[in-house]
Amino acid sequence: MTYATAGTLESNDCMITVTKQDQQEIIIDSIVKEAFGDQILAVILDVLNQLKVKNIKVHIQDKGALDYTITARLKTALKRLEDVK
Amino acid sequence: MRRSLLFIPANSPAMLQNADIFDTDGLIFDLEDAISLMEKDAARDLLSAYFETYQLEGVELIIRMNQLDSIYADEDLKRALSWPIDSIMVPKARYQDLVQLEEKLEKLEKKLKRDKKLMLIPIIEQAIALFEVNQIASLSRVSALLLGGEDLATNLEVERTKDAEEILLARQLVIYAAKAYGKDAIDTPFTDVSDKEGLIADAKHAKRLGMSGKSCIHPIQIDDINTIFSPTEKEIVYAKRVIEAEKEALLNHKGVFSVDGKMVDKPIIDRAKKLLEKVKS
Repeated sequence: MTYATAGTLESNDCMITVTKQDQQEIIIDSIVKEAFGDQILAVILDVLNQLKVKNIKVHIQDKGALDYTITARLKTALKRLEDVK
Repeated sequence: MRRSLLFIPANSPAMLQNADIFDTDGLIFDLEDAISLMEKDAARDLLSAYFETYQLEGVELIIRMNQLDSIYADEDLKRALSWPIDSIMVPKARYQDLVQLEEKLEKLEKKLKRDKKLMLIPIIEQAIALFEVNQIASLSRVSALLLGGEDLATNLEVERTKDAEEILLARQLVIYAAKAYGKDAIDTPFTDVSDKEGLIADAKHAKRLGMSGKSCIHPIQIDDINTIFSPTEKEIVYAKRVIEAEKEALLNHKGVFSVDGKMVDKPIIDRAKKLLEKVKS
């Protein structure tokens, strides 16, 4: 299985794991999922659309990261995945 | 005015998003020593997203790039040109490398039509760099020199002590070179963040020698450094009186004059003007 990760499990950060697969799947584990789950999903979808990435599984383990951190970690993970290929 | 410059690890969201609340004159986003080799890419991406989100004003924005001869330097520079920063801090700086860097920046800024010219703050942290520190200070993009005491002590194979005797000559060489070319001399950080008295003594010593400001590695150090490197109320009042007395002397065609019974000559007038300029900035 081809996958890559970026980020940490420290407070205000998130760890994102991206895995190549045939369809899109997004799993959100967050300490603030109830209040911000939709927003986290929107940020992830925005980055995936921006980078035209479709067949991917994104697993975010969020420790209260702000949008800019989620954006950055996802972009790093996707670039690392490219390098794995 | 560069009294305090705070190092912030560029890969720490918790530190980055609080950066705007610190009362420091400059923020140094560190891509070098604070970032492990495997996380350089993540730090750059985080910094890019950070700069797209936050607009920091009233503070000098600096990145500490990786060493110029490292595999990370080109990407650091490429990104730096897209960030709204003022200066690049260059570790293990050497004269010839900086000359090449200036030429490179000149070309890239022209190509990218970047309005703001990036300035350089070389870190003097090798014994060999102290033999060319005057040339380094003379470079047009160099706006300040930072003394890197920790790496210098390693290079000298000596223990880094709190009285800093081992870096006295280096401090003085950096100060003389910087001041000779009208640049700022920034002191090495005091690394024991729990020792407030030690920080105060070290910063006061650096100021007495002629340092313009001091770098720091923890926000808790900022206030003390700002206080020590700010002109005192007494100094400001005296400087104003010197300038007033000079005006009066010129009106009365007096060649020499005194303030508080002490003769005032050109160096004192120049110092007063410089101090007031510093206060204004």
